[in-house]
Amino acid sequence: GPLSERRLVDVRLGELPAWLATCNLSPQGLLGGVRKAWSSYYDKYINVKRGGPAGISMLLAGYCLLSYGWNYQHISKISFLVSV
Amino acid sequence: MNLSFFDQFTSPCLLGIPLILLSMLFPTLLLPTPDNRWVTNRLSTLQLWFLHLITKQLMSPLNKKGHKWALILTSLMTMLLTINLLGLLPYTFTPTTQLSMNMALAFPLWLATLITGLRNQPSISLGHLLPEGTPTPLIPALIMIETTSLLIRPLALGVRLTANLTAGHLLIQLISTATTALLPIMPTVSILTSLILLLLTILEVAVAMIQAYVFVLLLSLYLQENI
Repeated sequence: GPLSERRLVDVRLGELPAWLATCNLSPQGLLGGVRKAWSSYYDKYINVKRGGPAGISMLLAGYCLLSYGWNYQHISKISFLVSV
Repeated sequence: MNLSFFDQFTSPCLLGIPLILLSMLFPTLLLPTPDNRWVTNRLSTLQLWFLHLITKQLMSPLNKKGHKWALILTSLMTMLLTINLLGLLPYTFTPTTQLSMNMALAFPLWLATLITGLRNQPSISLGHLLPEGTPTPLIPALIMIETTSLLIRPLALGVRLTANLTAGHLLIQLISTATTALLPIMPTVSILTSLILLLLTILEVAVAMIQAYVFVLLLSLYLQENI
């Protein structure tokens, strides 16, 4: 279909700048995008008939990775094998 | 640069956004609002069962007027529980290790219970300052002691939560440092230390849940006296 109506996973790499130009980058637009992304994740992995620990575990693993990235500058300055 | 053991409690910033903001908003993702269906997904079912359990437990000793506090006490309990448990994951930041946040939770809620009691039933609330059956000469001293114990409640609530979680995280960091440092030198001692680390982690999970429960239970007790 037309570029502005496709979801991000269907957009090809070369078309990415053009797709970014069509989407709504205001705060409400970004918030709507975040809400859509979250509800598609939730409906695919958590809101299923016989869900297991997988949906939440992926979320928690992503949270750990995000916290690692947030802390990276701080953590990278540790020097091991130096007595306190 | 050498890291002191307290550096894990500094609130890290990325591009000016502190991690504490993310850590406090993340539990909202883990607790979805259940839709209006008869059979929800397993996460919502578990969540509803758990909320029923704690609401029944907290609200049964309270009278009808106290049931107005149901929402705030249950949501406080859920928030503290999720924040404490999430803090045990690697690299995460626990907002409840910051005294500022715990005092900000404890002080207004305690003050609300106190003011509710003093406003609606002042003589009963003040009557709690003197236990029944005290000998007459002891009354002035006991009133002063009870007033001090009343005024120290918010401090105790906040500091209890902070100290328990901070001590737990610090212990985990110390023992894991010892384990990694001993590994090239004495592997058997290192394995023993890692066993201690496993037991400590189980303890920390229990402490995280118990501390959240104790915080809210004490608040409901203070409410029972005053409402």
